[in-house]
Amino acid sequence: MELIHNLALGFSTALLIQNVLYCFVGVLLGTAVGVLPGIGPTATVAMLLPITFYFEPVTALIMLAGIYYGAQYGGSTTAILINLPGESSAAVTTLDGHAMARQGRAGPALATAAIGSFVAGTIATVILAAAAPPLAEVALKFGPAEYFCLVLLGLIVSIALARGSALKALAMITLGIALGTVGQDIYTGTPRFVFDQRELYGGIDFVAVAVGMFGVAEILRNLEDEHTRTAIVGKVKNLWPTREDRRRIIGPILRGTGLGAALGVLPGAGHVLASFTSYAVEKRISKRPQDFGHGAIEGVAGPESANNAAAQTSFIPLLTLGLPAHPVMALMVGAFIVHGITPGPNVIDDEPALFWGLIASMWIGNVLLVLLNLPLIGMWVGMLRVPYGVLFPMIILFAAIGTYSLAFNAYDVYAIVFFGILGYVLIKCGCEPAPLLLGFVLGPLLEENLRRALIISRGDPTVFLTRPISAVLLVLAVAALIVAVLPTIRKRREEVFADEE
Amino acid sequence: MIGGAFVVGSLGYELGTPLRMGPGYFPLLVGIILAALGLAVVVKGLVAGEEISFGAVPWRAIIVIVVAILFFGFTVRGLGFVPTSAVTALLTTLASRRLRPLMAVAVAAGLTVAATLIFVVGLQLRVPLWGTWLPL
Repeated sequence: MELIHNLALGFSTALLIQNVLYCFVGVLLGTAVGVLPGIGPTATVAMLLPITFYFEPVTALIMLAGIYYGAQYGGSTTAILINLPGESSAAVTTLDGHAMARQGRAGPALATAAIGSFVAGTIATVILAAAAPPLAEVALKFGPAEYFCLVLLGLIVSIALARGSALKALAMITLGIALGTVGQDIYTGTPRFVFDQRELYGGIDFVAVAVGMFGVAEILRNLEDEHTRTAIVGKVKNLWPTREDRRRIIGPILRGTGLGAALGVLPGAGHVLASFTSYAVEKRISKRPQDFGHGAIEGVAGPESANNAAAQTSFIPLLTLGLPAHPVMALMVGAFIVHGITPGPNVIDDEPALFWGLIASMWIGNVLLVLLNLPLIGMWVGMLRVPYGVLFPMIILFAAIGTYSLAFNAYDVYAIVFFGILGYVLIKCGCEPAPLLLGFVLGPLLEENLRRALIISRGDPTVFLTRPISAVLLVLAVAALIVAVLPTIRKRREEVFADEE
Repeated sequence: MIGGAFVVGSLGYELGTPLRMGPGYFPLLVGIILAALGLAVVVKGLVAGEEISFGAVPWRAIIVIVVAILFFGFTVRGLGFVPTSAVTALLTTLASRRLRPLMAVAVAAGLTVAATLIFVVGLQLRVPLWGTWLPL
């Protein structure tokens, strides 16, 4: 009963006219940017983040969530139509989705992706609403020592699941944490690493890091070779799947939802894992495994549902523990903090309208996504034809204006340049910028809880081992670290990611 | 590969030095870990004989975009929103070799109008449209 009461509160918030409107705008903008080739959800959210700061916290977060869903769906559209996944979780969709598009069945593939996402989103939202309150209650019992271990665990697990070299990912996280220490010390007010620049006293602006790392660096990479963009986008027709298709996608959608909801809670790349696992499962239980890779509709339905379900449930650790499970959630943390809300177990009690409104808006966002995308697919296809020469000046200009308008501080704009170049160099060296962002957001949290725990225990470091929950978390973290570096598991991990090449 | 390790490693040393009891403690810890990891990446790269090919570096794009964004930060207050946006957009279009000059001017003009409408009219951004440096 309490659940229904809470959801009612949520819907009454989310259905306020301006919230629905901005959710709609968010989904629209997110899809519009996400559909651009080479720009994944993380980059999309990072670029559009500054726009949301003008609104009330609830509206801003609802809009941001809308942008996220839109971006994800936009990424699937690009994956299906021109075989360019915006991010790793859409990579599986290209296998069968693009094969379907080449057979002239792009319409059903896009519709399947939308329907699968909607069903998965609906179910996962209910799971989120039911699971969040009890988890938040547990989290309230956590002291600083437990938090420290939890953050550590989250960071390390995210390496275990990340792509590429675990060592480099670890180095990226540490670099992120180090960057997070710039600014005034939280306890003594001593300025650290400010190089006598007054503007650095408040720390490095999170938005500048995100926009630079993902926006500017991505643009530089896309400008490397300008002629590879091929516009082989034909006309999309026959949107609606046939009766046969509908029968074939029900199973994969439901299985994908289950898998995605479970794996999405994991920190790190839960949604990537979800879509890959779902694809593998569908291929294994299918009666016609040889069809996979040649346009099997199950291969679109399963992973797309899993991906979306994981996107929803990845809000669970964010809303209950204040821990972002992947880079987009890290951006959400940044947004929460800009609005003066510390994400964590207290949000549910302190800001019930915000908490339940956000959850209800997730469902509304999914409805809008279906309503918006099925009729507008033609328009998104048109977006793919816009020349890059028009797009990238727009992104750069808007990024500069958006960042500047946050604090009217020209220094934030210079910071974009710095992080854009740093991000570009790091990408060139085979280092992913996402772990760095995760470290940057979680670093201050890590430091604060470490010091608080040590102050409470009067400088006794064994406090992390003597408290039961923190000891368990610490053991898990060490185990995860060993798993991440162990050769056998690494080989298997590489096999999983090798499939996408 | 080696370049990346260099960045990571050197930053590690730089950040690791200032030790003050209290505020310096955590950064020192992180700095040491970072330096160790940076070294590990270098060593692994040398042992495995990995070579990274940087490919074609878009120098022109990098320089133009850097200049454009710096220009924006430097002049937005003095010149005002409209001229700064126009010049920034125009500079940015230079990054692409495939855009013809006439097209670039059209893009810049369109973007300036769009940005003004969205940010100043739509979102009530409080920035002077024309700055104090201009003799108006």
